[in-house]
Amino acid sequence: MMREGQVRIPSGCAIAAVISKDGNRMSGEKIYNAMKPMHDRSNGLGGGFAGYGIYPEHKDFYALHIFFDCRATRKDCEAFLKERFEIVKGELVPTRTIPAITDAPIIWRYFVDPLKSLLTARQIDEKEFVAETVMKINTEMHGAYVFSSGKNMGTFKAVGFPEDVGVFYRLEEYEGYSWTAHGRYPTNTPGWWGGAHPFSLLDWSVVHNGEISSYDANRRFLEMFGYKCSLQTDTEVITYAMDYLLRVQGLSLGEAASVIAAPFWSTIEAKTDMEDREKHIFLRTVFPSLLITGPFSIVLGFRGGLMALNDRLKLRSMVVGEKGDKVFIASEETAIRAMEPDAENIWSPAGGEPVVVKVKDGALQWV
Amino acid sequence: MRVWYTFMVIQAENLDYRALNEALRKAQSPCTVAGCCGQRFLAAGMAGKEICVEGIAGNALGAYLNGAVVTVRANAQDAVGDTMNDGKIIIHGNIGDAAGYAMRGGRIYVKGNAGYRAGIHMKAYQDKLPVMVIGGTAGSFLGEYQAGGIIAVLGLGAANKNIVGNFPCTGMHGGKMFLRSDCKDIAFPSQVTARPAEKADFEELEAYILEFCALFGYDAKAVLSAPFTVVTPDSKNPYKQMYVAN
Repeated sequence: MMREGQVRIPSGCAIAAVISKDGNRMSGEKIYNAMKPMHDRSNGLGGGFAGYGIYPEHKDFYALHIFFDCRATRKDCEAFLKERFEIVKGELVPTRTIPAITDAPIIWRYFVDPLKSLLTARQIDEKEFVAETVMKINTEMHGAYVFSSGKNMGTFKAVGFPEDVGVFYRLEEYEGYSWTAHGRYPTNTPGWWGGAHPFSLLDWSVVHNGEISSYDANRRFLEMFGYKCSLQTDTEVITYAMDYLLRVQGLSLGEAASVIAAPFWSTIEAKTDMEDREKHIFLRTVFPSLLITGPFSIVLGFRGGLMALNDRLKLRSMVVGEKGDKVFIASEETAIRAMEPDAENIWSPAGGEPVVVKVKDGALQWV
Repeated sequence: MRVWYTFMVIQAENLDYRALNEALRKAQSPCTVAGCCGQRFLAAGMAGKEICVEGIAGNALGAYLNGAVVTVRANAQDAVGDTMNDGKIIIHGNIGDAAGYAMRGGRIYVKGNAGYRAGIHMKAYQDKLPVMVIGGTAGSFLGEYQAGGIIAVLGLGAANKNIVGNFPCTGMHGGKMFLRSDCKDIAFPSQVTARPAEKADFEELEAYILEFCALFGYDAKAVLSAPFTVVTPDSKNPYKQMYVAN
């Protein structure tokens, strides 16, 4: 098939997410059912999910989910992984054969621990090491693609409609304290398994509805820091931008949101809170290349929380609702009602206004 | 004496938007859509019907509406009344973004708040005069590129909050906007004029406010007794100088 760069496909997408602030675990069935009423937002060329808190029995190990094109690639990749990690467990990701999902690659997961000797010798931080390994496999090892690399979380994605992808991956057998979901209607790039959302690096995952016009400016900036954008998709670039701002630069979620969805200069100038005004001027001045323009609505998943964000012009829809300990986010209210018919306080965040929901302190001790 | 009408009810749970609209086209009026779960294009292009929707209507509710009256007992999603030509859409909750996109006739009444870009590119022609009344607040870019028709935002229950978001009337070059506020904290673009409403303005607005209040149970006198700001464009053809004389 033709890959990125060989073909351009003209689009909508659907996103949905749920989190329990009390850290209660929910079956993955909830999230794939939420995608059903938004079926028409996707075109069957990609669907995917990220679940947090789904691997409590292996919570201390990085869970690498990898697509392989053939057995030989898997053997080569395993040999490579063994040079860098202790592999605690390696297994096929359980799937269900259904007519709606075809041409599946070989899908494995490995629970791994970076070799301490290597970390010491190279004087490198564990997360940096894992991120570097993911980049290396995804850019240098033809036929292998790491699509999930966090701890106690996992990404599941495929070509197909999202509700079918959920059934294919047997998500009803997993339980997580938060879930995100995506239905794809690809714009610009062909639909293949690796190109489906969520895009994920370490504990970050991003589902995205939109089409950003700053892709190349963002990519060129991020490449200076070792990020390799192998898929030409804007969502990949958003994931790396968030990793850079949050993990490498240590910004808060709100600050990172103010970088990628920065208010207009005129809006900043009109701010009466001088400290807030100075902060926004600082962020726009220091990180101009990470301003993301064009339409987007995203949900960023991370350990213990979710952040929803619209582009500053709000060119995509996003709705938030609550019920009890749960907060719901979706492209359409109907998806929230599918998860919780009695959801309350339904509202639409303004463009550039981040909605951060975190699990309460202490509620994730089992994680 | 209480009169019981027999309404035709269409159960929407297992119908996609095509099947649902097909059922609506065949249905006698009035009819109720029950259990709506996000089906798009509801009542698109329909005329001469009264339709009540229970549940969540999908995007582009009443697109190209041509005279039908659609009542929604909940929130509605994006692009309500997209390009509608005639009829009425009554929403008892909030609405999403881009409501009344390019509508050229008919009326949209919203009890609650509107999202971004309400009334984008509304237009009027001869006897066609679209009207949208938003009971609560409106998001940013209200009346973007408005070319005709009337948009009213009442800010009921908004307390001390601004009743419209940022950048209202961007690119507005026709029509009229009524904002139930003195708008002292709202920045309008340079090509429009915002001024306090006068007697003639209130007379123009009154019929729509009366209908709004009758629909949602407000006291019209109280609603009309607050100060309103009227916004109109300075020129019907602001781009005249930019290209060629026309």
